[in-house]
Amino acid sequence: MARRTTEHQTRVGPTSPRARQAGPLDVDALLADPATGIIVCCGSGGVGKTTTSAALALRAAEQGRKVVVLTIDPARRLAQSMGIEALDNTPRPVTGVVGDGRLDAMMLDMKRTFDEVVESQASPEKAQQILANPFYIALSSSFAGTQEYMAMEKLGQIHRDAQKEGTYDLIVVDTPPSRSALDFLDAPERLSSFLDGRFVRLLLAPARGPAKLMTAGFSIITNALTRILGAQFLKDLQMFVSALDTVFGGFRQRAQKTYSLLQADGTAFLVVAAPEPDALREAAYFVERLSEDGMPLAGLIVNRASPAPESSLPAEDALAGAGRLRRDGNGSVTAGLLRLHADQVRLVERERTLRERFAAAHPQVPTAVVPALAGDVHDLDRLRRIGELLAEAGRR
Amino acid sequence: MSDWSRVQLHVVTGKGGTGKSTVASALALALAHKGTNVLLCEVEGRQGIARMFDVDPLPYEERRLTTGLPDDNGGRGVVHALHIDAESALLEYLSMYYRLGRAGRALDRFGVIEFATTIAPGVRDVLLSGKVYEAVQRNSRNKGAITYDAVVLDAPPTGRITQFLNVGGEVGGLAKVGPVKAQSDTMMKLFQSPQTAVHLVTLLEEMPVQETIDGITELRKAQLPVGGVVVNMVRPRDLSYDDLAAARAGSLDRERIESEVKAAGLEVTPALVDGLLHEAREHAERRALEDAQRRVVGDLGVPTYELPRMAGGVDLGALYELAGLLREQGMA
Repeated sequence: MARRTTEHQTRVGPTSPRARQAGPLDVDALLADPATGIIVCCGSGGVGKTTTSAALALRAAEQGRKVVVLTIDPARRLAQSMGIEALDNTPRPVTGVVGDGRLDAMMLDMKRTFDEVVESQASPEKAQQILANPFYIALSSSFAGTQEYMAMEKLGQIHRDAQKEGTYDLIVVDTPPSRSALDFLDAPERLSSFLDGRFVRLLLAPARGPAKLMTAGFSIITNALTRILGAQFLKDLQMFVSALDTVFGGFRQRAQKTYSLLQADGTAFLVVAAPEPDALREAAYFVERLSEDGMPLAGLIVNRASPAPESSLPAEDALAGAGRLRRDGNGSVTAGLLRLHADQVRLVERERTLRERFAAAHPQVPTAVVPALAGDVHDLDRLRRIGELLAEAGRR
Repeated sequence: MSDWSRVQLHVVTGKGGTGKSTVASALALALAHKGTNVLLCEVEGRQGIARMFDVDPLPYEERRLTTGLPDDNGGRGVVHALHIDAESALLEYLSMYYRLGRAGRALDRFGVIEFATTIAPGVRDVLLSGKVYEAVQRNSRNKGAITYDAVVLDAPPTGRITQFLNVGGEVGGLAKVGPVKAQSDTMMKLFQSPQTAVHLVTLLEEMPVQETIDGITELRKAQLPVGGVVVNMVRPRDLSYDDLAAARAGSLDRERIESEVKAAGLEVTPALVDGLLHEAREHAERRALEDAQRRVVGDLGVPTYELPRMAGGVDLGALYELAGLLREQGMA
């Protein structure tokens, strides 16, 4: 039905007013809000998630909060600066934090977390059996996806303890460098579909019910698998699946609980990106996915932005000038300076265009742009500096 | 003569964000000399090749992608592309090696394929690298397939590359006997031979360089052949070392620059000159950090290649430009 245009004079087309743009991301307000209990930093690999998580945690602690930061795979020197180079899977206090708050940090040990889940869920005898199974060993140490499961598990554990004992009022989580940023959210779902998968149910069938459930079709499969992989393979697999069935029941329940914890109001997701097409594409994907899943998105952090050039000379003018100097055969320094300037201007313009495109597609996402520091971050002073830059970006 | 003329399988890895897909693509273009066929594969399910070359998403099927970088006399080879996913690889593997017939379909129907490719540990990597192996050492059962002069793999990141290629170790614990075990041993033989080279892409920053060092150590421990290090996104080198030092010290000759700006036909304002001097100093500081990392990379004792940062981003034309630079430096 045609809409009457007299009531709402909405213009469409290129001259229509822009969609409502969210303001800058106010990091300090987010950290200061006592309702913020969990901050999850996510994004593709190599965008500075770990550094951002650590910087946010430090800033919150120095503003008086009791914070724990859960990192996945920090660079060695950053880990050293926080005193967590030892992988012992428990939060350790970070020394050198200024103020009344406190900061603990820990690095996720995926295998150990998994082992602990098994040990807490199964009888000692059964646990032993599982821990020695080759499938378990492979699954717990190498399977792409285990890290996600275990990050969820650890987050749930820390949160439960914090609730019970009041140890922390803010948990900052760094997510694993997933191939796709979605893996983290999909962990409980994938675990469920693994356990409810037809093949797993079939493998479990002989242990659970009458042998006649072993259908003719299934014996074809087992024969085929035995032919390809050897009989021991199937035996190990069957043992593994039936042993883990009991353990995973409780694990799945907890993973689902963590999932709903992530959806709750006290959680804030921060999507971290670099001003590069791939990283921003992943960020866009993640923003969409978070809103689909009803996850509370706080904003986007664009790290490693190229610093804006000091002078406003357009790139074309700078290049023309450099060309003129070269033709005259003098002025190598200034010609070089002008070329550098042009390069910088182009870089910054390109990054701005990329950000604007992201904002056009996702106008509701508050954004903070953090300029790249020269050199890496591996002490608390530099982390503090990143925290300041994050906060400044929100005030701009 | 290329540094890697004996190599048939070029594995390109790197830390996230270093541009390994860009380098893999440029290398494929550079390797495609006149009369040769090069295959560019990806295994991470990201359709990065399709995006980079601006074509439709790639299927599990070798497709002609484009022509290579022209030789001096204008001759060009052909670059093909393949997007490898684990499920298709498993189905192809089963039909190639086992005439499973009913059982093959049953495997699919009972969710074994799904199970094997999404959950069963290690199997996924083996299937992906298994297809890469097949593309290099064509299987006689794969009738009519192109024999490639070189295969370039846009591989998983540095942190996972050794595990990815170390199929013997992955499968060994699970399938101790049987044909899969034998096949993974054959694959391992290729991956550990001089026909393979694992190239690492890095930036001149501390973290990626450290990861490159760690990656090389792990590769060597697993007896996987380390290829070259490609240093990507290098800042422009428009200033001499003396000028860089002066810029860092803040002692660039302001009057000279003012007069040169004038000679360049630009209006001399204090803001412009201040701006240029400030930018020079920042640039010089970052260059110094780069140079420190470049020395670390140089000490690794492997051939290194450098590619510039493209201020305007990497489009198809830029890929050919990068390919040209790789060829000039002897990587292809």
